Amino acid sequence: MIPRSAPSREFTQSTPAKQQGALAWLHLDLPLISGLVLLCGFGLIVLYSASDQSMAQVERQLIRLGLAFVVMVVMAQIPPQQLRRWSPWLFGAGILMLIAVLIFGHTGKGAQRWLDLGFFRFQPSELMKLAVPMMVAWFLSSARLPPDWRRLLIASLLIIIPVLMIAKQPDLGTSLLIASAGIFVLFLAGVQWRLIAGFVALLAAMAPALWYLMRDYQRQRVLTFLNPESDPLGAGYHIIQSKIAIGSGGIYGKGWLNGTQSHLDFLPESSTDFIFAVLAEEFGLVGILALLTIYLFIILRGLYIATQAHDSYDRLLGGALTLVVFVYLFVNTGMVTGLLPVVGVPLPLISYGGTSLVTIMAGFGILMSIHTHRKLLPT
Amino acid sequence: MPESSFKDHVRESRTLTSRVIISAAVVLILLGTLVLRLAHLQITNHSHFTTLSHENRVKLLPLPPTRGLIYDRNGVILAQNLPTHSLEITPEQVRDIDQTLADLAKIITISEDNLKRFHRLRKQKRRFDSIPIRVRLDEREVARFAVNRHRFPGVEIQARLLRNYPQGESMAHLVGYVARINQQELERIDTSNYAGTSHIGKTGLEKSYEDILHGTVGMQQVEVNATGRIIRVLENYPPIPGQDIHLHIDASLQAIAAEAFGEKNGAAVAIDPNTGGVLALVSKPGFNPNLFVEGISSAAYSALQQSDDNPLFDRALRGQYPPGSTTKPFVALAGLETGTITYTEKKFCPGFYQLPKHEHRYRDWKKQGHGYTDMEKSIVESCDVYYYDLAHDMGIDKMSRFLRPFGFGQKSMIDITGELRGLLPSREWKESTRNIAWYPGETLITGIGQGYFLTTPLQLASATATLATHGILRTPRVVAQITGTAPSETEKPLQPEPTQLPAINQKNWDDIIFAMTQVVEGVRGTARHIRTEEYRIAAKTGTAQVFTVKQDEEYDAETVAEKMRDHALFIAFAPVKEPQIAIAVIVEHGGHGGAVAAPIARTIMDHYLLDNKQLTPGDQP
Repeated sequence: MIPRSAPSREFTQSTPAKQQGALAWLHLDLPLISGLVLLCGFGLIVLYSASDQSMAQVERQLIRLGLAFVVMVVMAQIPPQQLRRWSPWLFGAGILMLIAVLIFGHTGKGAQRWLDLGFFRFQPSELMKLAVPMMVAWFLSSARLPPDWRRLLIASLLIIIPVLMIAKQPDLGTSLLIASAGIFVLFLAGVQWRLIAGFVALLAAMAPALWYLMRDYQRQRVLTFLNPESDPLGAGYHIIQSKIAIGSGGIYGKGWLNGTQSHLDFLPESSTDFIFAVLAEEFGLVGILALLTIYLFIILRGLYIATQAHDSYDRLLGGALTLVVFVYLFVNTGMVTGLLPVVGVPLPLISYGGTSLVTIMAGFGILMSIHTHRKLLPT
Repeated sequence: MPESSFKDHVRESRTLTSRVIISAAVVLILLGTLVLRLAHLQITNHSHFTTLSHENRVKLLPLPPTRGLIYDRNGVILAQNLPTHSLEITPEQVRDIDQTLADLAKIITISEDNLKRFHRLRKQKRRFDSIPIRVRLDEREVARFAVNRHRFPGVEIQARLLRNYPQGESMAHLVGYVARINQQELERIDTSNYAGTSHIGKTGLEKSYEDILHGTVGMQQVEVNATGRIIRVLENYPPIPGQDIHLHIDASLQAIAAEAFGEKNGAAVAIDPNTGGVLALVSKPGFNPNLFVEGISSAAYSALQQSDDNPLFDRALRGQYPPGSTTKPFVALAGLETGTITYTEKKFCPGFYQLPKHEHRYRDWKKQGHGYTDMEKSIVESCDVYYYDLAHDMGIDKMSRFLRPFGFGQKSMIDITGELRGLLPSREWKESTRNIAWYPGETLITGIGQGYFLTTPLQLASATATLATHGILRTPRVVAQITGTAPSETEKPLQPEPTQLPAINQKNWDDIIFAMTQVVEGVRGTARHIRTEEYRIAAKTGTAQVFTVKQDEEYDAETVAEKMRDHALFIAFAPVKEPQIAIAVIVEHGGHGGAVAAPIARTIMDHYLLDNKQLTPGDQP
């Protein structure tokens, strides 16, 4: 099962074996984990302010983060070959659970997302955030790259089917993230540029059709995005208040705990989807540049790990998982700053809430595994 | 799995690396866009958003001033601010509203209307606003709730200040009332000073002294959250309460005067001739001004408005009545001063008067006539024919010119808004307003205070005070003094300078006043039954026709319906030497002035000159 090939240069470079002590033993990547700890620490500081100094909320988030780090460490122990073997099974299980959600799913906030398993509620769409890129990477890496058009078509179906099922729940944000994860695998696999151009053209052509498939609230979001002032007390309120928070923060911000927009509740969802605006209000442009620098460092490190991976599956999966984190970041910040329509995507590792946190950290665990298990390969 | 030998790992790795580099480039470009967007918001438009953020959170809350009080001359309170208790519910703090309402209904009466109003308000207000469920709780209800308070979290008794008029009806027209500010007033008033004030003076003193009573609004700068809840107070500028006003009015005199009318309608005005201060200003019937403060029901309002007695109408200031024979002392004085007649010159009264070459008979009230009549007799017995002839000899122009300085036909400029000017007929007036020539017959009836001649009770009282002072016209004033913190602008003087009438021979004053004394003291005086030994009164009775009797008919009080009966008038001042009170009384449809109006005036004078002085010696000016 494991591809055996001539040793490439990468295996002669510094291996994790040369990293010191516990981190190496735990298969953890020091630069990545430093970036993540820094980011989560920053996030907790902002959350303390955004939650109106609720230590209880910060503690709950801290517990979730701890759990997510444990998941990350666990994932880092699983060799990528193992993940690759599990890919089709995981994907299959995910599809079955999505079907179950559509049939018996628990409805929360007007959308069916949860599967109540009795002892805990599980969101299969979270699993698919990992399972879809794994499956597509597994499928594509099993043959010569770049894929021919037949394999490309099958890979597209592997993406589209779960995406549509999740979009039907409806969960636009998650389906967008899953679709992008799958598409990143295709892009990294070297799909020809003319196909990419064709795909973009097709998407543009389908936009009107998409309009008809959207639910009313989704259409409203698009309309509000195009002109938030048209409905300042209704749907446009979020964006207007968010822009006021960011703009009034200025270069240096109003200072930690001094943001009026968030503390006086003008800013909705201040500790979840709109936490970026709290940060912008209290820490200003300087704080935002610091945050974006940490994100950029983490993303570049992830992409570097992908380029250093030893086989196509690892490379495709590592690259796609990293880029998905950027999609999270950009969709969220784009929404909060009014560049993009309102789509419920959290600011990764900073927004209050646990579900996506665990998935994202699991993805970083996979990245670490990819990077630290190379030495186990025979040379 | 297909054979791995088909795969070219190096090529695949290179492809991936190039795609990763492209991805990284795209990531950097998009992050750059984001940073540009943030710079646009946080640097370029920073001040704009700072303003918006400030407007979001800082609100100005008005602190309404407490309205000034109104006192009478003896410190009796006429308008005050009473705390009223209302039961209010804050929905946010109540777990089960319906259950709470049901429990409350067991200890405090809550009607269907109360509930309906509560539920309507609940939809309009925010969750943390307290909403009244019952207003005007009585003391027992307040006590009953206080005992049970622990059972009702989120339910509170709130005390608010509500304007209250303890004197009720007798002061209704004079003091007036406050009520909710309406749309027209909103356009007129300084809205910033009235922010937070719900009521405004609508009539009477409450209206004319609105600026002084209202005070100056205070402000509180507060920080609010998105739902409007106050988080903290940033700045506090306390309000300046309205000033109190102290009247010349004597509340007990006013009440006694109102009571003296009994069931009759009419008006009585009493003035201190030495100051121009108004001692009583009565309009009967009155109404309960307290009804208007909390908002009068439309049924109660239309009942007041459509009543035949017209209780809302201020007869003292706005009632315009023919002065009738009460004009005679003034016309007689005019005759003396214009040299038309002397005090002792006699005219013959056969019971009617005819203009030369005219058929029409101008009748005297006494059918058989008064015989030979001099000026004293003409006033004492109120001979009409004497005045027909005098007016005819004098002519309308001289008469009108002489009467005007007494205040007839013009506003007295009393410090209550709304008075009417009456009407002093003159040739110019008739030609300019009606475009018809003046007829000689109209001069005759003007001479006895009929025809076009109209006066308000206030004008009559003021003119009588001018007689009492031998020609010093003082603008009638209700307010004597203003106390409290004055707003910054300088106050206008309360008592304007008195005007001295054109010089009138002292002997003529004495003659006319002597004749008026004889109205009370003379054997045939028309007001002889109000004579008293305690003090001397100078007076004149009057009867104003409401309805004209045809040439060949006789006026018979028995057969004429009450609404058509004559108005009874009476003017008087006392004591004759050093007068302290001048009075005009009008009793609508009262018949002869001497019979109905004079006793009311006597009651007022007795109380003011006798009772008051004994009760509070040395308190008089």
